[in-house]
Amino acid sequence: MNVLVFAEHIDGSFKKSTFEAISYAKAITGTSSVTAVVIGEIDSSKLSELGKYGASKVLHNSQALYNTFDGAAYASIIASAAQKEQARVLVISNSYCGKNIAPRVAVKLKAGIVSGVVSLPKIDGTSFIVRKPVFSGKGLADVAIETDIKILAITPNSYQLNESPTDAAIENIQSDAQPACQSMEIKRVTGKIPLTEAEIVVSGGRGWKGPENWGMIEELAQILGGATACSKPVSDMHWRGHEEHVGQTGITIKPNLYIATGISGAIQHLAGVSSSKVIVVINKDPEAPFFKAADYGIVGDVFEVMPQIIDAAKKFKASSN
Amino acid sequence: MKILVCISNVPDTTTKVTFTEGNTQFNNTGVQYIINPYDELSLTKALELTEAQGGTVTVINVGLVDTEANIRKALAIGAHDAIRINATPVDAYYVAEQIAEVAKNGGYDIVMTGRESIDYNSGQVCGLLAEMLGWPGINVITKIDIEDGKAICERDIDGGKEKVSCPLPCVISAQKELTEPRIPNMRGIMAARSKPLQVLEPTSNEPYTKISVYEMPPAKSSCKMIDAANAGQLIDLLHNEAKVI
Ligand SMILES: Cc1cc2nc3c(=O)[nH]c(=O)nc-3n(C[C@H](O)[C@H](O)[C@H](O)COP(=O)(O)OP(=O)(O)OC[C@H]3O[C@@H](n4cnc5c(N)ncnc54)[C@H](O)[C@@H]3O)c2cc1C
Ligand SMILES: Cc1cc2nc3c(=O)[nH]c(=O)nc-3n(C[C@H](O)[C@H](O)[C@H](O)COP(=O)(O)OP(=O)(O)OC[C@H]3O[C@@H](n4cnc5c(N)ncnc54)[C@H](O)[C@@H]3O)c2cc1C
Repeated sequence: MNVLVFAEHIDGSFKKSTFEAISYAKAITGTSSVTAVVIGEIDSSKLSELGKYGASKVLHNSQALYNTFDGAAYASIIASAAQKEQARVLVISNSYCGKNIAPRVAVKLKAGIVSGVVSLPKIDGTSFIVRKPVFSGKGLADVAIETDIKILAITPNSYQLNESPTDAAIENIQSDAQPACQSMEIKRVTGKIPLTEAEIVVSGGRGWKGPENWGMIEELAQILGGATACSKPVSDMHWRGHEEHVGQTGITIKPNLYIATGISGAIQHLAGVSSSKVIVVINKDPEAPFFKAADYGIVGDVFEVMPQIIDAAKKFKASSN
Repeated sequence: MKILVCISNVPDTTTKVTFTEGNTQFNNTGVQYIINPYDELSLTKALELTEAQGGTVTVINVGLVDTEANIRKALAIGAHDAIRINATPVDAYYVAEQIAEVAKNGGYDIVMTGRESIDYNSGQVCGLLAEMLGWPGINVITKIDIEDGKAICERDIDGGKEKVSCPLPCVISAQKELTEPRIPNMRGIMAARSKPLQVLEPTSNEPYTKISVYEMPPAKSSCKMIDAANAGQLIDLLHNEAKVI
């Protein structure tokens, strides 16, 4: 089964989720090949990084007009590549960019699409089933895709990286798709891990009293190499930006470690974070509902507990370096 | 300006999700349904745009007759008229096909969706519609202005924001911060009763995907409590026991 991966990069660097997508594709491809499509200018030495995880071919479109993102043009390039490679399965990371492109590619290829995939497909004869969370993580669904071509938009951090070194043959491709969207300005926060891709997330709620107290949350996140998040009221009150709001009406995340501090654990909050592998809850109220969803709990005042944890984390990092 | 706002009918966010019939159906016994929160944002934004520049707002839902309570609510908030496609929304692709059928000949300048429907969490309908209509699409927007036949939007991108423009007609999807949702007032509720709600039959398309079975997420076994006076111990446990740092 030929598998095609859209290998997303940001300003010439591949993201970890791109390597996850290649590893994922390699796991389902069997003896056939994994082809990666790359759009936009990028160093050729970078392209060979894709071989490390098992891509045997890289189709690269370096036409300058595609350096900025346009969903329609990108989808057209990916769909043509899929046809050329006779790909049966397309793997796209479910990033903001992937969410824009994947449905368009599905329409072009008349393909069934599942977004937010968290498992490898179960393939049995003609049946092809993948798992995804529904109701923002309150449930899981096994979804059967019944078309010849299948598109999987996979959740970042749900499949581990596996090296499978291959020499990736690099081939240039061209397109005449005309972008319709014009990018006017891009503002990226540098030096911070995007929340959706973070393996460790330190999160704060209304228990922190005000935005001036977020220093400890940021410090712990920084020591552990994680990202920061918050509950809905915290972002509603503009203590933090909406891009940090997790939960049923915010972002759904799936880190290895979620540390919830001063958050009560309302059902809408839990919906977005409960598929985290390990959950730590710090709350002064022993009856806070969050403890029922936690692996480790500390009943105490965040202003007293966090400094101890930050101290211990610093010592741990110093000793492990 | 003519705007079409797509609204999804979803279980209230406090719903305790369970499944029935051998875990093949969502159990909607006693479940209250609401307008998908992101769709309330796009509806409000559509009203703001037409109030400023003139025009009409039509809401559309793909659903059976029980969604009409929320369609009336959208009319009470201020939409001018409504369309319901009389079908079970079996998956996002099917839903988009039904809406595209209405949108393609409707003379709309903008079709608005939410960033994601909080029931099935696909975030697909915006992109599907844009491609089916052959229009530009901008997803997860937090700002939109219309100038000289163009939509100028701010959207979330991975790790930041982008300002981007495209010609009309276009499809957009609403993210939090686009605006504050409006609440219907008494006058709106009265007016909604007599606003037109057209019911159309679906075009028959076979769905491409099907949910074969649901499962509850694995429950947490038990929570290990750590003494607050000895909170630093957490780091040791996370490293040696949970192995996540
Ligand atoms: C339609 C809808 C959608 C929603 N979507 C979301 C969503 O996506 N995400 C979300 O988060 N919420 C969502 N909510 C809101 C949700 O219901 C809760 O109101 C919210 O999660 C509570 O935030 P919180 O835990 O920060 O605040 P609170 O509930 O006020 O909890 C604060 C907690 O901090 C503890 N605390 C106080 N002081 C200290 C201290 N010094 N030390 C330690 N602990 C302390 C308290 O014991 C308490 O448990 C939604 C609600 C609705 C109606
Ligand atoms: C009885 C029943 C069975 C179902 N079975 C399945 C199933 O097997 N597989 C499956 O994927 N889903 C199923 N659904 C869910 C339903 O089809 C969803 O509404 C649909 O999948 C779209 O949700 P989404 O998360 O995919 O949409 P998203 O792409 O996340 O939705 C984004 C936006 O699209 C618009 N939108 C979404 N749905 C509608 C709608 N119905 N009418 C108008 N606008 C809409 C809204 O603006 C929304 O904000 C079922 C629903 C019912 C009632």
